[in-house]
Amino acid sequence: MKLTHLTALELGRAIAQGDVTIPQATQAALEEMAARDERLNSCITILEEQAMERSEALQRGLKPGLSPLYGVPLLLKDNLCTQGVRTTCGSKLLEHYVPPYNATAVDRVEGAGGVCLGKGNLDEFAMGSTTETSHFGPTRNPWEESRVPGGSSGGCAAGVAAGFAWYALGSDTGGSIRQPAGYCGLTGIKPTYGTVSRYGLIAYASSFDQVGPLCRDAADCAAVLDVIQGRDLRDSTTVDGDYGGLLAALTPDIRGLRVGLPVECFGEGLNPQVARRVQEVAGVLESRGAAVTWVTIPELEWGMETYYVLASAEASSNLARYDGVKYGFRAKEYKNLTQMYENTRSQGFGKEAKVRILLGTFVLSAGYYEAYYKKALAVQAQVKEGVKRAFGVCDVLLTPVTPNTAPRLGESLTNPMEMYLSDLYTVPANLAGLPALSMPCGVDGQGLPVGAQLVGPRFGEQVILNAAHAYQQETDHHKRVPRGGRVG
Amino acid sequence: MNWEIVMGLETHVELSTESKIFCSCSTGFGGAPNSQCCPVCMGLPGALPVLNEKVVEYGVKVGLALGCTITPVSRFDRKNYFYPDLPKGYQISQLYAPLCRNGRVEVAGTTIGIHEIHMEEDAGKLYHDPETGETRCDFNRCGVPLLEIVTEPDFRTAQQVVAYLELLREHLQYLGVSDGKMEEGSLRCDVNLSVRPVGGDTLGTRTEMKNLGSFKGIARAIAYESQRQIALLERGERVAQETRRFDEERGETFSMRSKEEARDYRYFPEPDLPPVVLSQEYIKHIRDHLPELGEAKRRRYAQEYQLPEYDGQMVTSHPALARFFEELVGLGAPPKQGANWIMGEVLGALSERGLSPEQLPMPPKTLARLIALVAEGKLNRNTAVKVFQAVFDTDEDVDEYVAAHHLEQVQDVELVEKTVALVLEDNPRSVADYRGGKEKAFGFLVGQTMGRLQGKADPQTVRRVLLEQLTKK
Repeated sequence: MKLTHLTALELGRAIAQGDVTIPQATQAALEEMAARDERLNSCITILEEQAMERSEALQRGLKPGLSPLYGVPLLLKDNLCTQGVRTTCGSKLLEHYVPPYNATAVDRVEGAGGVCLGKGNLDEFAMGSTTETSHFGPTRNPWEESRVPGGSSGGCAAGVAAGFAWYALGSDTGGSIRQPAGYCGLTGIKPTYGTVSRYGLIAYASSFDQVGPLCRDAADCAAVLDVIQGRDLRDSTTVDGDYGGLLAALTPDIRGLRVGLPVECFGEGLNPQVARRVQEVAGVLESRGAAVTWVTIPELEWGMETYYVLASAEASSNLARYDGVKYGFRAKEYKNLTQMYENTRSQGFGKEAKVRILLGTFVLSAGYYEAYYKKALAVQAQVKEGVKRAFGVCDVLLTPVTPNTAPRLGESLTNPMEMYLSDLYTVPANLAGLPALSMPCGVDGQGLPVGAQLVGPRFGEQVILNAAHAYQQETDHHKRVPRGGRVG
Repeated sequence: MNWEIVMGLETHVELSTESKIFCSCSTGFGGAPNSQCCPVCMGLPGALPVLNEKVVEYGVKVGLALGCTITPVSRFDRKNYFYPDLPKGYQISQLYAPLCRNGRVEVAGTTIGIHEIHMEEDAGKLYHDPETGETRCDFNRCGVPLLEIVTEPDFRTAQQVVAYLELLREHLQYLGVSDGKMEEGSLRCDVNLSVRPVGGDTLGTRTEMKNLGSFKGIARAIAYESQRQIALLERGERVAQETRRFDEERGETFSMRSKEEARDYRYFPEPDLPPVVLSQEYIKHIRDHLPELGEAKRRRYAQEYQLPEYDGQMVTSHPALARFFEELVGLGAPPKQGANWIMGEVLGALSERGLSPEQLPMPPKTLARLIALVAEGKLNRNTAVKVFQAVFDTDEDVDEYVAAHHLEQVQDVELVEKTVALVLEDNPRSVADYRGGKEKAFGFLVGQTMGRLQGKADPQTVRRVLLEQLTKK
C-alpha cells in the first residue's frame, strides 16, 4: 500500500515506530497535491512551507505518546478559523480574511500533533451539496473528474480520497460531511450536537452545525473524535458526552445490535442500485450477529422543508455581519450607508447564499414568523419525537446517505431541487441533533461510490462506530482508492 | 377639553460588572478606541458568546427590588438589524422569555407596574469626523451588559416619571449593580407618551421619545411632547405613531422615523446560548442577601434614631453616605450629630472637590473622633471644623493633629477669667459702649478674648465669664 493511502492510524503507527518520518509523510502528500490538485481544486490554500516546517519541528521533538495521530497530516475545511492563515469560507466576502485566532477543533488537532496541509474548498458559507457554489471554483471528484465530490465539505472529501492528506476536519449542517464522504468513498461522522466545539467554525446554521472528521475508515474517525470532542468553555452549546476513549472501546463485536431500516428512506426517488448496496450492508451486519428490522418514522417526510426553513433563518442572521464595515470585501462604489450594505452584499455573496438569506429573512419576518419559523420548530420537535420512538425498538438506523451517486458538475446548478433532495436522508440527524456516520458500501454501475448511513441515539457515537467497524472487518469497500489516484 | 397624559418608560441600565456580558473584555469607560475588544464582542466570524453569570445575578437583584417574578427558564433572542455600531448585525437580547416580569413600585403616591426586565448587550459608538466626512467605529462599548426595564403605561405626570427614575437610580446604587449616571449614559430612558381625554379608557396613539439625557430634559420633553399632541388633537389632526428625538438645546422633539419605517427586527431564539435556568434556591439566596435599600433605611433611621425626615433623605441620598453614617453611629457618634456633619461639612467638602460620595477620602473613624472630642469639650465646634478641613483628604489621626497644633480647648476657667479681665482692661471704650447699651460691643469683646486664647476656648464659657465680669464691675 502506498504511503499516501495508509489510514491515519497506520501512518501514526509508522511514524511512532520510526518507519516513516513526519516530513516524509508531508512531502508525499504535498507531491500528490502538486500532481493533481490543479485539476481537482480540493484546496483553497495549500500550506506547503508551513506544513514542512511544522513536520520537521514535530519530528525533532517526537512525542508519539501524545496521540495515535501524532504527526499525521490533515486538511481543514476552510470554514474553520486558523490563526494567521486566511479563512475564506469559500466566499468572495472573506477572500482575504485572516483570523486572529484558531478554532477550538483546530487547536485540538494541533495539540495532538496534527500537521495542517491546506484549507479545503467548500460551498460558499457551507451552503450547497456539491462544492460548486464556492467563489474559488468547483472541486472535482477524484473518482471521476466530471462528477462533483458532494458538499459542502467537498474539498476535504476529494482531498482525502485523492491521497492529499490522511484525514480532514469538515463540518456538517445538513449532511455536509456524510454526503461528500458518500460520494468520495470515505467514512465520515457528524457527532451528536454539542460534542465538538463550534468555536471558530464560521457559522452557517448554529443549531445544526457540527465539526467532524472525514477519514478512510471507522477506526480513524474514532481516533479523530477522541481528539476533538469535549466541552469547551468558549462554546456554551458543548456538553460533556463522556465517551471515554472511542478508539480504545472500538469493537467489531455487534452481536445483538438492533438495526432499523426506516421504510421512508427506501421509497420513491431512491436509485435501486443504491438501495441494493445499502441493503447488502444490512445483510453483512446480520451475518455478524445484528438483528435487522424495518421501522417507520413518518415524520421524516417533513425533514427537508423543516430544515430549509430553520437553517435559512439562522443563516440570514449569521451572515448579517458580512456588511463591509469591519473586515472582508467592501464594494468600491456607494453614496451612503445603505448603498454600501447593498452593493457589498449584492456583489459579495453568491447566488446560493443569497437564496438562503432571502428565504431566512422571509420566514422570520413579521407576519410570517408564526406560519413558517415557528411551525418549523414544532415540526422539528415531532421529527425528534419520531426518531426517538424508533430508538425504542432499535439501536441504530441504517439508511442510504443520498438517493443517488455523485452527479455531474453543473447538473445540480440547473436543478436546485435535485440538490436539496440529495440531503433528504442526512438532514434528520441534524434536526434531531443525533450522531450519524457515512461509510462506503460499494460502487454503482459506473464505478461511483455508494454510501450507507448509520444514525445513532444521542451520544451513541460508540454504537455506530462499532457497527461501521464490524462492517469494515467484513468488507473492503473502504480500502478502494479512486482510479485517478494511482492505486499502489 | 381636559387631557390626560399616559406614559410608559423603557429604561436601559448599564451594569457595572467588571467584564462584558458575553466575553471577558473589560467594561471600563474611556479606554482608547477599540482597546477593549476581542473576537467575541467584535463579532468576528466563528466567535461565540458565553454568558457572564454576574449579569444574571445583577438582573435578578434588580428584578427582586422592583417586585418582579423571576423567570425560572429565561432565554436569549436575536434582534436583527443593520447598523455599523452593531458588529454581528444582530443584538443578543431577550424577547420571548425575559429574565423578570410583573413587578411594581410605589412612587409619588402611585403604583407603577413593571412589565418586564430583560438582559441585552450594548452596541458600539460611531464618531463622525466633520472634516473628512469619515465615520469611525469604536467597539469598546459592544457587549457592555444592559438591563432594559419596561414599565406599564402607568405614569400620568412628569413628576411621577422623575420620581420613578430617582427611585430606580437609588435602587441601582444600593444594589451596587450600576452607577446610574445619566450623564455618562449608564441610565438611558425612552418615554412612550400618548394623551387622551381625562377619564378615557382607551389609549391614544403614542410616540416614543429618545435621546433624553437628564431628569430635567425628561420633564421638558414630556411637557413639550404632550402639548404638541394635545394641540394636534384639538386642531382635529392625528398623532402619528413614530419615534421622536428630543433636542435638548431647542427643547423640542423631532420625528426620527415613522411606524412605516419601523424596523422589522426578525427576533428569533439565539441558538448559541442555552436557556438561563435559575433554581428556586438561587433566587432565594439572592433575595435573602439583598442589601437594605434607601427606603428601608429612611424608615429605620426615623424609628431607631429619630432622625428627622429631611436628614434621613439627605443621609440616604447615596449608599456611600448611608454606609458612612451607619459606621459613624456604630462608632458611638450621636445620630443627629452625625447627620449634621454629613449634611454640612461632608457634603460641602465633597462638592468643593468635585467628588462623588463613593470617593469620600475620610474614614468614618476620623469624623467619629472629632464628634467625640467636641462632645467631651476638648475641641470647640469651630476648631473641630478646621481640623475636619485639614484632615479631610489625609489619613491623619485627629488626636495627633490636635496635639501637634495645640488646638485642645482651654479647659482652665481661671485662664479664661484672667484673659477676660485683661481684655476688659485693654478695651475700656468697648466696656463703656456695652454698658451704654451697645450690644455689638459684646461680640467684639468675645472675639478679643477668643483671639488671645487662639480660638481654643469654649465660646459658651467665654460668654459666661464676660457677662459675669461686665455685670460685676
